[in-house]
This record gives sequence, C-alpha cells and structure tokens, in this order.
Amino acid sequence: MIFEYAPAPESREVVDIRPSYGLFINGEFVDGSGTPFKTVNPASEETLAEVATATEADVDRAVQAARKAFGVWSALPGSERAKYLFRIARIIQERARELAVLESLDNGKPIKESRDVDLPLVAAHFFYYAGWADKLQYAGYGTTPLGVAGQVIPWNFPLLMLAWKIAPALACGNTVVLKPAETTPLTALLFAEICQQADLPPGVVNIVTGAGDTGAAVVGHPDVDKVAFTGSTEVGRLIARAVAGTTKKVTLELGGKAANIVFDDAAIDQAVEGIVTGIFFNQGHVCCAGSRLLVQESVAEELLSSLKRRLSTLRLGDPLDKNTDIGAINSAAQLAKIRELSEAGEAEGASRWSPACALPEKGFWFPPTVFTGVSQSHRIAREEIFGPVLSVLTFRTPAEAVEKANNTPYGLSAGVWTEKASRMLWMANRLRAGVVWSNTFNKFDPTSPFGGYKESGYGREGGRHGLEAYLKEIS
Amino acid sequence: MSIPTASSNASLRAFLHGLPGVDRVGADARAAGLGTRSIKTTAKRQAIDLAISMVDLTTLEGADTRGKVRAMCAKAVHPDPTDPTVPKVAAVCVYPDLVAEARDVVGSSGVKVASVATAFPSGRSSLEVKVADTAMAVAAGADEIDMVIDRGAFLSGDYVKVFEEIQAIKAACGEAHLKVILETGELATYDNVRRASWLAMLAGGDFIKTSTGKVQPAATLPVTLVMLEAVRDFRDREGRMVGVKPAGGIRTTKDAIKMLVLVNETAGPDWLDPDWFRLGASSVLNDLLMQRQKLTTGRYAGPDYFTLD
Repeated sequence: MIFEYAPAPESREVVDIRPSYGLFINGEFVDGSGTPFKTVNPASEETLAEVATATEADVDRAVQAARKAFGVWSALPGSERAKYLFRIARIIQERARELAVLESLDNGKPIKESRDVDLPLVAAHFFYYAGWADKLQYAGYGTTPLGVAGQVIPWNFPLLMLAWKIAPALACGNTVVLKPAETTPLTALLFAEICQQADLPPGVVNIVTGAGDTGAAVVGHPDVDKVAFTGSTEVGRLIARAVAGTTKKVTLELGGKAANIVFDDAAIDQAVEGIVTGIFFNQGHVCCAGSRLLVQESVAEELLSSLKRRLSTLRLGDPLDKNTDIGAINSAAQLAKIRELSEAGEAEGASRWSPACALPEKGFWFPPTVFTGVSQSHRIAREEIFGPVLSVLTFRTPAEAVEKANNTPYGLSAGVWTEKASRMLWMANRLRAGVVWSNTFNKFDPTSPFGGYKESGYGREGGRHGLEAYLKEIS
Repeated sequence: MSIPTASSNASLRAFLHGLPGVDRVGADARAAGLGTRSIKTTAKRQAIDLAISMVDLTTLEGADTRGKVRAMCAKAVHPDPTDPTVPKVAAVCVYPDLVAEARDVVGSSGVKVASVATAFPSGRSSLEVKVADTAMAVAAGADEIDMVIDRGAFLSGDYVKVFEEIQAIKAACGEAHLKVILETGELATYDNVRRASWLAMLAGGDFIKTSTGKVQPAATLPVTLVMLEAVRDFRDREGRMVGVKPAGGIRTTKDAIKMLVLVNETAGPDWLDPDWFRLGASSVLNDLLMQRQKLTTGRYAGPDYFTLD
C-alpha cells in the first residue's frame, strides 16, 4: 500500500518580513550608505526583502558605537550581563517558531531542522554563556574582556553561528559588530529586534549587512580588537593576512572534509543513519559534514545497499513542509559549485548515484548524491563540496582508516562507528580532527568545544574553551 | 553469514551474536525522528482507516467472560455502528478457552480469531502443556496463535530450547498463523530484541510480536523499529516475509500513526497491510474512531458517542 504524506506546511504567517532592512547600529535601525541588495528564498527564488549594504564609513560608525558601549558593558558586574543574556535566551525560545520559519525561508533548510536543531541550540548557547558571565574567574582564562569583536559568519547556520559568536563575546564583557552572510541576513536582523526587546544597552550588539567588502571593513577596522570568522578556508586566509602584524586576536573556523569511518562490527542501521545525518543534514552545508565515508571493505557492499535504500526514503522539497528532509541549496553560486565538483567526480571515474528524486522547477536544488569507487586522488575526496554529496572510499585495517582519514589538508571533525570500545579510543587518539564523534555524527552542544586542526582553522568555540577567545591572556 | 542449523547453542549463538549490533542512542533517535512526521488531512484519513483495519482487538484478563468477549467481537466486526464505511478490525485476541465464543460471533465476517497460548503470559510450563494449550485453541477455531517465547531460556543462552519450542508450536498450529511474542520488556536490550526476532523467524514464526501487554515497557517505537529492520533484513536474506505486531501501550491515534510511519520508512510499503502488520490494542480503537469522525464532521463527539465494550 502506498502511504503518501499530504503536504504539512508550517505557516509563514508567524513571521512578519519587512520590505527593507537597515543596519543595526547603536541600538537603532539606520540606513546603509551602500547599494542595498536583495535576499531571496532559495526554494522559490522569490525576493524576501531588500537589505542595506554597510560601507566602510557605516562599519566605522558601528565600531565606534561598540567602542562606546564597551565602557558601560564591560563595567557591569558579570551577574548583570548574565541577566541580559538570559533574557535574550528566553525571548529566543518564545519567538522560536518565528525565527525558525524565517531561517528556513532565507536559508532553504528544512523547517524540521531549523525548529528541532538550530533554534534549540541557539537558545542553549545563550543560556550556557549567560551562566559563565559571573563565573569567569573560575574558567582559568582571566576576566578581562578584549574590547570590540568583529565577527563575520556564514550562511549555513545563520542564527546558530550568530549565537556561537555573540553569546561568549557578550558574556566576557566584549561588544560586537557582526556581519551576517549576504544570502542569509534576515534572522540576524530579527535578532537585532530581540536585542531591543531585551533592552540591551545600545551599541553592545551591532549588525552590519553586506557582502565581502563589508566583511573586509569589519575585519580590517583598526579599532577592532578581536576577529572571529566562520566560513571558507579561502576567505580565512585573506583574514589571516589582513590581521597579520596587528594586535588583533583571531579565531577562524573554516572548511572540512571529514571522514566518517565505519568498521565491520558497527551497528549498521545506526551507522547508516549517521552517514545520512553526516552528509545530508542541512543539504551538506556543514563545515564538519561527514563528506568522506570510509567503510571497511568487508562490509562495504552491505552498507551501501542499506544506505541507498535509506536514501530512497529521503523527502526533498518545500523547506517549510514539516516532512521535508532535504531543503534547497542556499544560492545559485553554491549550486554551481556543487555541480562543478560532481561533474569532476564523474570525469575522474567515480560512479555517481542518486535516488529517484523529483526536483522542484524553481529554486536551487541538488539531489542527495553518492559517489562510489572514489580514490584519495580524486578532487571529490580532497575538496570541500559543501553540498549533499558523499564520497565513498574503502579501507582494510584500522591503521589504513586513520591514514586515509588524516590524509587531508583539513581536520575539523571525524566519526567512528564500531561496537568495540577499545578500537574507538585507539582511533580517537590518532585522528587529527577537532571533534571525533563516537557512534554518532553532527551532534552539537554548547558545553562542547568545537574547532579545527590544520586548514580547518584555529581557536575553539563553545564550552569553557570558547571563553578564551574573548578574554585577555593572563600575563 | 550462512543460516545456522539449530543443532547446537554454539551455532545459534554464533549466528545471533554475529548479527550487527544495535546502538541504543541511535535507534532511539531514529524512532523519535520518525515520530515527528506530520500526518495531516488525506494522509491522516488513510492512516486511520489502515490502522483500524490492523487492530487486533484484545481482551486478556482473568475477569474475561463469554459476555465480555461477545461484546468485543461485535465491536470488531462493526467498530462504529453509525458509520458503515468504517473498516472492520483485523482480529480479536482472547484466551484459548474463549476462542469458540469469539469464533461464534465473528463468524464469516473476515475478522480473524487469535488466541494467546503456551502458558501466556509467562510461558512457564512444560512443552507438552504449551503444545496442548495451542492445540486446544486451534481446535476451538483459532485462525492465529500468539505464543510467548521462554524468556528465561533465551536470557540463559539456551537458544536451542527457544528455537525448538517455536518449531513445536508451529507444528501444533497446523493451518493457523503463528505470532511469536518476544516480550521485549524482559529482554531489555535492543541487541536481544534483534537476536530474538531472528531466532523466531528462523524457527518459522509468521509474525513477531513485541509484548504480552502484561510487562512494561511494551511496544515502544524503537523496539518496533528494531523488529521492522529484522523482518526487512530477513526477507532480503531468506526471501520470506514475516509480519510485525507491536502490542501494549498503543493508546492514541498519534501512537498508531507513528507506528505506520515507522513501517512505511523502515520495512517499506509492502508491510502496510493487515496481513503483515498488526496493532495489538484495545483502547486505541475508540480514539481512532473519534479522530476519523472529526475528520469527516470537523467536530469532536464526546466519548459517549463511541461504544465501550
């Protein structure tokens, strides 16, 4: 019997999108001096709103506002700063549905993810760092804030990356100028409203929108004490260059090409789920995505047939439908990049497979895709695709698995699937990755530090360790 | 891995313990994830009718009487006397001594008569008694036998005993279908659930069933998930389809629909059929009827508009 799920769309009426948005500077929305840009719904290509572009002068105003607010904010007792952060966290929970719908509209991710993953984590981050604000002396990194933090975030988890950046910065007594990605500025601007609602002192949080030039202005501003960036390794390099020779403190959270390693004694059904979560969560727009499946050759065939069957049940389509598993690719540019690398995969001799999957006519879409017969020397095994594309490689022994997993310029995350605890620990000790997930993948928690080795960046975000990036070193 | 002969505990153990393990955290997460599927409008209507047609309407109490069983059987044939479009349920499920009574009421309606047997619910008796119990139910007209496995034997590693008992009961069933109750609440781990599922299928069970309803937890979503994976994998390997019956704790339409989603996305649509999936329950039927009527009329009727039998 065919059991067809009827459409179950979340209502977009819960969110009020304004036709145009300004910059959020010194507690107020102001016009930008640059040419405004449009942000579109990637699932339909419809324009959602027009958003201001911050020029260098606008960024300067924002930094000045942040500098002025720093005096007030850093002088508050930690317990007072905590009150604001707790208040923000609670408002986020109260307005979670609105934020989730807006996130899905602007980003293209399925509502079940923005509702069940992004928003709960966003609130959890603010709650968690609110708790640290009056306990900094116990964290071991001193208690002196740095000053003004310039923060540039990506489009894959717009609001969650904002939370990762703003919550620890504010808890430590810093003020921020944050630039959201140009394709996903809307939830950051709604967050600005939440700052107003929470009566946050003006200038503590400033949001400047725009493209790369705006980001460069934030990073390059001489009165910025700290730069925090999440995004591509390419831009990370530019930033590292820009701040070299200055006193700015920097954390970079960049790309990844994580190995998800499945041993022959793994819990196969759960490993299949972990592979799906690893690479198809958020359309694979995840820096720590498990984009390389390393499977022990003895179970490769069995695992792949289970995986293919499972992928056939994935539901691709309207991000606002509560039953959608795979949403839209965030932008035309990203779609072009995914296509280019997938074509390279085929050209290099890997075999490509996707489940039968109708793609909507409008919008940016890419079907879940698996490449088998991939070698370490293929581009799709080396380069970050940042899309729903899995490269499958095989290995014979634990040592070979480690060797292949580590043989990448990146080192953000890894996953290991085995029922044998001693092997799990042996692997975890040898994998050069910031996060090693044991019999799970893409699990996040505000208490857990996150960050990379090698070209995946430096510094840690989250947990007690995340405070270090926003406090002056103890001399 | 080849299918073992059941000649020794060692060979059965090697096979059952060679099955892939089940990671509890992952299985729980998958079941919970499927539980968030939103089944609305036409899909809900379809699911409710399908769920009604899969119910094994059950009474298994010491206080059961002929009158109680007759009333329940009447309801099984006509769940909602005001609406003839409501499908009949799949079966009624009673103790062996009441099979004849049930048979008499359901007659040729198509509703099957299932009987528990084999010293239900504990299974603590001799094989002779269990076979006799089964034979008595079959002789009284049972179409289906719901046996319990010897959990003590299973937990002590005596897989041969469990295997041979299932075979013996299957033989005693003759034409009747055999459902094998694993009593997953007593097996405790998902690894055990998977192993017991395979043992029951290898021994010839037509259905694997979670629980007696007398032990908690009973038919949880993750346990049902693990059993659905087992029947799916068993068909892949052996080419034979085995049914699944979660029983105990399914009380609301939402519970029932979650089960159907689990079937649809785990074992697949082939199992979305009363021949291959059953819901062992009693109180869920009225909730299904209430939700069905609400979809038709747009209003909820009070509980007194649905019969209590």
